[in-house]
Amino acid sequence: MSEAARSFRVATWLGWQIESNWADPFLFLIYSIVKPVTSVMILVVMYWVIARTDTSSAYFAYMYLGNTAYIYVGSILVGVSWAIIDDREHYQTLKYIYISPIRIYFYLLGRGMARFLTGSLSVVITMAFGLLALKLSIRLAEVNWLYFAASMVIGLASMAVMGLLLGAATLQMARHYWSVGESVAGALYLLCGAIFPLDSLPAWLRPVGMALPLTYWLESLRRSLLGSDASKGISPSLAHFSDSQLLLILLGSTLIMAFVSIYFFRWSEHRAREKGLIDMTTHY
Amino acid sequence: MAKGAELFLRTMIARAYPRVIGASRERSWLFFETVMPLLSTAAYVFFYRAIDAPEDYVGLVVVGGAMTAYWLNVLWSMSSQLYWDKDAGNLALYIAAPGSMMAILLGMAAGGLIMTTTRAAIIILGGWLLFGVEFSLAHWALLIVAFAITMAALYGMGMLFASLFLLYGREAWHMSNLLQEPIYLFSGFYFPVSQLPLWITAAASLIPLTLGLDAIRQLLFPGNPTFGFIGVEIEIAALLVLAVLFIGSSRFALAYMERLAMREGRLTERRR
Repeated sequence: MSEAARSFRVATWLGWQIESNWADPFLFLIYSIVKPVTSVMILVVMYWVIARTDTSSAYFAYMYLGNTAYIYVGSILVGVSWAIIDDREHYQTLKYIYISPIRIYFYLLGRGMARFLTGSLSVVITMAFGLLALKLSIRLAEVNWLYFAASMVIGLASMAVMGLLLGAATLQMARHYWSVGESVAGALYLLCGAIFPLDSLPAWLRPVGMALPLTYWLESLRRSLLGSDASKGISPSLAHFSDSQLLLILLGSTLIMAFVSIYFFRWSEHRAREKGLIDMTTHY
Repeated sequence: MAKGAELFLRTMIARAYPRVIGASRERSWLFFETVMPLLSTAAYVFFYRAIDAPEDYVGLVVVGGAMTAYWLNVLWSMSSQLYWDKDAGNLALYIAAPGSMMAILLGMAAGGLIMTTTRAAIIILGGWLLFGVEFSLAHWALLIVAFAITMAALYGMGMLFASLFLLYGREAWHMSNLLQEPIYLFSGFYFPVSQLPLWITAAASLIPLTLGLDAIRQLLFPGNPTFGFIGVEIEIAALLVLAVLFIGSSRFALAYMERLAMREGRLTERRR
């Protein structure tokens, strides 16, 4: 257990250094502001071009919150899968990690944690931008903080195990899959109702979205910040779940995902050792 | 020994070769590089549909989504590739070899075009089949010209960036990361660029994709007057100027940065 905790702690520190020490703090701050704000502004402009209503509408808050929270999904999924490519092919240290007293599963979780920290910076900045510049309709005094904390903890755990699933898959791939994390995050963006309700999807695609933990995480997060009725008129397919049901489904699906990710990771690791993929470099 | 144009061409083919072979060795990229980006483009389609946007906007998003492939290719497989090659120890070999760096960069671009164009084509095809987007091919010749000149200007800019990134360490990676979303925003990948304030659009026009995307959309969807920023002919002329400017200046910048990197001993530097 202490080895797992040490692997996690050291990987988090290492990941943070890799993410942040390439620039002086001021430049890093600019970088942290520009990227998330421009990213969310794409949707804001899309919304404004069509709806032209003020940004205090319920749908705007629904979309803005979903998009902001989704920064975590991108950060953690990309962080874990990229850590495999970065360590194996760029720094060429993955083989050394394997011969060190490090638990690779917890090491990768730690690298994901580092991305969570940098992602948090982006989320805070984007939320502040939404509240101050776009007059987002969130009343901080009415936020259900306990529900918010529970949703965040379980949601982040689900993202971490999904990241490990993706990391296991990346272990089998060449470097030209650098974008695999972004691609999967992009695809999930469609399916989990991040910026539009699941009800807008074709009927045959909706069950896929309903099977994803991220769907319930985003919905519970919205309810904690905007109130239990936040999505009632917007997303009928999730409206019939109570707040506690949402959390239970999120917890259950996260546990299933964790179980699958552990076994898939073990299988992938074994195959990578057999095929000599641990120290593969592909200079395509 | 090969010289002049022959050497240039052979260098280009030599650098393109591993990319083509790499793509054919592991074909599962077809899934991650085509189906997945199609799904992420679809998210914007459903967003527009959820807010009752006119159907023309679906086509606009599909074209924007397809063009992201080229922007990502320029950013990650050209501009910051020299940083990656430097860390892998290949950059010094490129410089020591008789071929020119321009040929190596063009080889990277050409080699990556298979994956890039497949990704773009699948998104266009998916948009047509899944969302019923109707593209007008009434001006197909002008469309080809606009696309070709946009690509020339874009890849010229990629070469210019690569020369700047020659000096960078890990900053190169982060610079590419930083440039991704702002360009999606200011070049109007998912909305008509004409909707942005004039001064922003004018400044963003220095990025070839701004005018290129606008021209392509005007030609593919002539029925929607709100898509156009300025006339297609003016946009093509401006893109031509940008192509000449970027390709010309990248030639000088590459030579200058290469000399500077040699003098400062940065060609083999691996700052981590």
